[in-house]
Amino acid sequence: MSKRRSFGRPIDLRNGVVELAHGSGGRAMAQLIDELFTRELSNAWLDQGNDQACIDLPPGRVAISTDSFVISPLFFPGGDIGSLAIHGTVNDVAMSGARPLHLTAGFIIESGFPLADLKRIVESMARAAIAANVTIVTGDTKVVERGQADGVFVNTTGIGVVPEGIALSGDRARPGDRILVSGTMGDHGVAVMSQRSGIEFHTNIQSDSAALHDLVRVMLETSPGLRCLRDPTRGGLATTLNEIARQSGVGMCIQETEIPVSPEVAAACELLGLDALYVANEGKLIGICPADEAKGLLEAMRAHPLGERAAIVGEVEEDEHHFVRMRTAFGGDRVVDWLSGEQLPRIC
Amino acid sequence: MKYIDEFRDGATARRVAGAIAAEAEPDHHYHLMEFCGGHTHAIYRYGVQDLLPPQVRMIHGPGCPVCVLPVGRLDMALSLASRPEVILCSYGDMLRVPGSGGRSLLKARGEGADVRMVYSAADALELARRHPERQVVFFAIGFETTTPPTAVAIRQAHSEDLENFSVLCNHVLTPAAVANILDSPAAREIGSVPIDGFLGPAHVSIVIGTHAYERFAEGYRKPVVISGFEPLDVMQSILMLIRQLNEGRAEVENQYTRAVTRLGNVKAQDLCAEIFEPRSEFEWRGLGVVPDSALQIRKEFGRFDAERRFDLTYAPVGDNRACECGSILRGVLEPTDCKLFGTACTPETPMGSCMVSSEGACAAYYQYGRFRQPVKSATA
Repeated sequence: MSKRRSFGRPIDLRNGVVELAHGSGGRAMAQLIDELFTRELSNAWLDQGNDQACIDLPPGRVAISTDSFVISPLFFPGGDIGSLAIHGTVNDVAMSGARPLHLTAGFIIESGFPLADLKRIVESMARAAIAANVTIVTGDTKVVERGQADGVFVNTTGIGVVPEGIALSGDRARPGDRILVSGTMGDHGVAVMSQRSGIEFHTNIQSDSAALHDLVRVMLETSPGLRCLRDPTRGGLATTLNEIARQSGVGMCIQETEIPVSPEVAAACELLGLDALYVANEGKLIGICPADEAKGLLEAMRAHPLGERAAIVGEVEEDEHHFVRMRTAFGGDRVVDWLSGEQLPRIC
Repeated sequence: MKYIDEFRDGATARRVAGAIAAEAEPDHHYHLMEFCGGHTHAIYRYGVQDLLPPQVRMIHGPGCPVCVLPVGRLDMALSLASRPEVILCSYGDMLRVPGSGGRSLLKARGEGADVRMVYSAADALELARRHPERQVVFFAIGFETTTPPTAVAIRQAHSEDLENFSVLCNHVLTPAAVANILDSPAAREIGSVPIDGFLGPAHVSIVIGTHAYERFAEGYRKPVVISGFEPLDVMQSILMLIRQLNEGRAEVENQYTRAVTRLGNVKAQDLCAEIFEPRSEFEWRGLGVVPDSALQIRKEFGRFDAERRFDLTYAPVGDNRACECGSILRGVLEPTDCKLFGTACTPETPMGSCMVSSEGACAAYYQYGRFRQPVKSATA
């Protein structure tokens, strides 16, 4: 903070807009970085103002993940692109069993974007980062001409360190293992869709966007044999289970009656012609563990605020075709296939 | 969900399944066609066939409007979408169907065309009001269910003198398709699968009423049960068809009494007659050209007809020769009998009508039922 430069008139974060000059590498960019990004996200590395951050890591394997966020709308019930960019990458790192430590953040901003909105997004990132106990140690800002981006795009890359003895991976599911989810499915996708231009409908559904690393810590403590963790984001539970089934070379059978879906999400999906199994989540995870550890793991998850509605939803089975099957509440069986393209409502 | 969960109750389903198993005669075959994609979807999504005895076979009919729309009509929409002044709107699952050269409306959107998903014709009308500088075209598809809302939109545009709204009309008629299936040589050939009875459409029948099917029951001696779209509706309707067949009756019965009447929605029928008139013929993907099976916009409302406004002409496009959709839609073949199924033809790369929407017989089987008889190349 002590290295803050003087730019004369402060940047107008209330009524101003982002201009091409804010990404040109000159004085305007330096001012935007100083008066918005560094101020909000301040930490020892960022404040140094170098082009890179040099960090010391604790011992262990380093987990690294990157994600780009292009969500529309930028602000939605329960979150915004800023908090989402933190939670999404923290979760991707955490699914390896790692403790997330540091993030980088890159912004691609459309010229004309209100600085007040940018401030709101950066403030939200700062709050989410503090809550998740991670620091944003370096960043980048680019401004593109109007029409070449949709408001703002954010990329975050995260690193963390995997404690000794932990080796979670999507290829470790074995027949007989149990499949757990940490809570209700589909909240994030429906919350976002309810705000989308052309579809708007009134709902109390909030995005579940949250950082899951502390829930992961509790799960690792309880279930030493935990095989793999994954957050069912785009494509939802169905697509994520198919990914794991293929990686592990197994099939899966899930029970429709055991999958938690809130009544509001179920109703919205019914109305919109969607299937909650394919709708995105941003604060939920899927865990696969040996059968004898499932009950204890479930109890530990339910004792955590982010796992109160956790459930055992099915089990891994042998299947050379790697199908994910579902026993329906109605009493029949069906395949739960990969999402085909974008999920679009049926006409009838 | 109140009024929904009751119709998906597993315990009741087992009771109805028990009645079906008890009443279906073991040495009898019951080949029942569910006309609608909505039924097909429900059957696969809830696993209804697992609750049926082997002698009851469901044949998946052509009642999926997205599926039966011929590629040539979609090409007309694609050509409109590529015009810079046009905003093209349609229903969700229409957007990913590939036209000629594999280009879909979604792909066109990715290339910069202004293609919007709407939930109703009224949304398209609202877009036209909000964008007076653009031409808003509603790509209207569907059976009698979606026709009245399109008619309302056209009449509204007429009364508002909305210059920038038009409709590319592809509305089709259910009874014409049923007659086509019953009259087709394949359905009458010795050795082919005879259809013993029909599960009649749910939403379509709300509009046209049960009396529209009486000629099939009388003329062709085929029982028809109008069935709701929930899985218990389907189960109960199957039981009602089995009872009719066992008793040698061929009547139109109404299972969906909570919504359907004998005469239907007369006001909606009148409105449709005011705006639309029959086309002398229309091509159905999978069935071919079917006379008097579709609607076009009347001359009086011709200024809202996108075909006239943009001077569009229809050029038929043939499906792959190996595609067996025509036989599948008539119940002569199963999806897995087609050599394209699951190999060249998948929901990502549909080559025939039955694969283009999740309501189509092949897509529903691929997405929900494939584990029963997995095809070799099925993606794992």
